[in-house]
Amino acid sequence: MSEAASALDGASFEGLVRVADAGLRGMVTLRGDLGADALHAAVKQVSGCDMPGQRKITAAGDSAVAWMAPDEALLLCPHGQADATCAALARALDGVHHLAVNVSDARATFALEGDDGALREVLAKLAPADLSAEAFGPGDFRRTRLAQVPGAFWMPRQGAARVICFRSVAQYMFDLLTTAAAKGSGVGYFQA
Amino acid sequence: MLILHCPYCGVMADETELHGGGEAHLTRHGPGSSDEEFHDYLFAKENPRGVHFERWRHVNGCGKWFHAARDTATLEVFGTYSAQTTEPPQAIRDAITARRPGWTWRHLAGSAK
Repeated sequence: MSEAASALDGASFEGLVRVADAGLRGMVTLRGDLGADALHAAVKQVSGCDMPGQRKITAAGDSAVAWMAPDEALLLCPHGQADATCAALARALDGVHHLAVNVSDARATFALEGDDGALREVLAKLAPADLSAEAFGPGDFRRTRLAQVPGAFWMPRQGAARVICFRSVAQYMFDLLTTAAAKGSGVGYFQA
Repeated sequence: MLILHCPYCGVMADETELHGGGEAHLTRHGPGSSDEEFHDYLFAKENPRGVHFERWRHVNGCGKWFHAARDTATLEVFGTYSAQTTEPPQAIRDAITARRPGWTWRHLAGSAK
């Protein structure tokens, strides 16, 4: 049995902010009517998280649930628990129209840590999204594009962000983030 | 730069986050239709200078299709609305009429001022 490895094997970079391959993360796509009580209950039971509202992410312990679309949520969990999470969702939603799929190995995750303003700037250089503190902060989740590839990001706390993208473009995403975070490239747009 | 409000995820989405899907509110003609109907469905599209209704997909976002009403000459956006409709809602028509009295588009028309 081969061992699972993250796309860039823990690569990291120090610049305006620290950019690092965040390692393996369990991810389960859940599709269904996110407004239905049955899905709320199943998500709470399986992940311990409340169903997030529009463009929000909720977290509890090792798990988090992100709002992807009106009919799609992304459950984050430890990598080894993704299959069990899928199975638990299937049991909890028996008879309810839904789809739960383990997509962990189709994705790459990056962690950005550092000065809050610099971190917002790095993302704002790449995505057509409002990264000002009034518009985006911890608890928010944004699907968008980063340069030429689709991606999504959220802030677990001030001064930290997580970026997810398809695993096939992990190197491209790392290069983008490290270029945007290159030393001496600071603009200072989000500094208070 | 065109910025459209996605009615599904609420984002003010930049054009580069979207993908255009051509003219809105087409009536599909397939098997059983006449050659002329099928030809018109495929090729006879509106290409107005002014008020236009289009389909857009929030491709780098929630992935949903929606409709937009805008002016092709000025890029003014009158509004966006759900994909689950075959005609623009009254609120959108009123918003267009307020800005472009007497507008017409295919069989649709706003009231004159």
